[in-house]
Amino acid sequence: MGDAIVVTSGKGGVGKTTTSANLGTALALLGKKVCMVDTDIGLRNLDVVMGLENRIIYDLVDVVEGRCRLTQALIKDKRFEELYLLPAAQTKDKNAVSPEDIKQIILELKKDFDYVIIDCPAGIEQGFKNAVAGADKAVVVTTPENAAVRDADRIIGLLENEKIASPKLVINRIRPTMVKKGEMLDIDEICNVLAIDLLGIVPDDEYVIKAANQGEPTVMNPSSRAAIAYRNIARRILGDTVPLMPLEDKTGWVRRMKKFIGIG
Amino acid sequence: MSATKHHVMIKGVKDGLVFLLNDACEWEALLQELQHKLEKTHQQILTGPIVHVHVKLGSREVTEEQKEEIRAIIRQKGNLLIQSITSELKSQQGDSGQSSSITTLKGMIRSGQTLHHEGDLLYLGDVNPGGTIICTGNIYVMGSLRGMAHAGVDGNEGAIIAASHMRPTQLRIAGIISRPPDEWGIEEAFMEFAYIKEGKMEIDKLHHLHRLGPEALLG
Repeated sequence: MGDAIVVTSGKGGVGKTTTSANLGTALALLGKKVCMVDTDIGLRNLDVVMGLENRIIYDLVDVVEGRCRLTQALIKDKRFEELYLLPAAQTKDKNAVSPEDIKQIILELKKDFDYVIIDCPAGIEQGFKNAVAGADKAVVVTTPENAAVRDADRIIGLLENEKIASPKLVINRIRPTMVKKGEMLDIDEICNVLAIDLLGIVPDDEYVIKAANQGEPTVMNPSSRAAIAYRNIARRILGDTVPLMPLEDKTGWVRRMKKFIGIG
Repeated sequence: MSATKHHVMIKGVKDGLVFLLNDACEWEALLQELQHKLEKTHQQILTGPIVHVHVKLGSREVTEEQKEEIRAIIRQKGNLLIQSITSELKSQQGDSGQSSSITTLKGMIRSGQTLHHEGDLLYLGDVNPGGTIICTGNIYVMGSLRGMAHAGVDGNEGAIIAASHMRPTQLRIAGIISRPPDEWGIEEAFMEFAYIKEGKMEIDKLHHLHRLGPEALLG
């Protein structure tokens, strides 16, 4: 029996889908059998980020409404043997499925996969309720902005009501230079307010945008700092102890270059 | 000992046993029955691990010597550990004015969550931005107060709000609303309390609380 992990945030645009895609891919890279489920019905994105949009034949709503079997709707990733995606429908809305339906599907998937990664839509309404219905664990994504932290706090409260114990926190899009200057919320402050375990921090990296546009998960490129961050997060999910990535690295590298040029 | 007597009731509670002693019968009869129950009829509770015992005397007024008599009887049984001997008389005297009882709750109030409480509240934990704590009495937060707190919600202007870390989005006492830091000029404060003085909310260090006088804490 595998683990179902919902990736959620409350606020939109903080990187739920990016985190889902990269987490799923990173777990697959580590040799796990993974299925990603997009529950953002009506506004599906995970297939686009994964570059699998043109392979969709059936979707989540087709499975729920009995037009196909679950295995028929699963899309195998072109890069990995053991990475699958269950896409959301684009034509319907969140009310097309019930939490009970999703729960059933996730339960079915957990039998065959080590990890089921559920990409949750923004908001706290029906879509959120659907997404968390079948989840055993939760990853809460936030960015170092007050609005995102407020929403994450609200989501953590709702997850507690849903009996999903001890969600884990991912702080996305950190700009080390801004944190250093005190213009951005720092990690300790966010952790103090939210009071949940920190699973990882992901630095802001332009490569993430480029990769998403190309339909190539960021983690595939080991030279991206965000990719390393996502790989570390995946390893922590597997139970490894991986130290947090030092934020200073980037300035350190620049300083090293300057020093190198200065000497040279 | 006949079965008709039941001056002594033994009840199991979460953290041990409560001995409820009748407050209308004779003292000697009470002690006899207590002795009898411990020795004869309730041996099963005397053989286990250490059990915490709370003795409640109802509204009976007892002297220290009498308390010692009870202690002596219970102490004969090695595994019974007396935690308290209380009579309700004292608290009743307290009730003659206003309630001075305080409820302790722990947890975390997150964005979108509201805690309502009747009376005074000691809250062990944080109140996050977007979270609300509403109380008819005083509010004491042992943790960070980052959200909204409303004390004396029924109109009690004597209520106070105290917090170990005070950084609220808004404070309300009775019908008076304050918006720190706009009004106070400080971002955050530690070990402070807010109160109403001449129709305006003031904030002060907790160690100045006694200056408000004893009636301030009676809600």
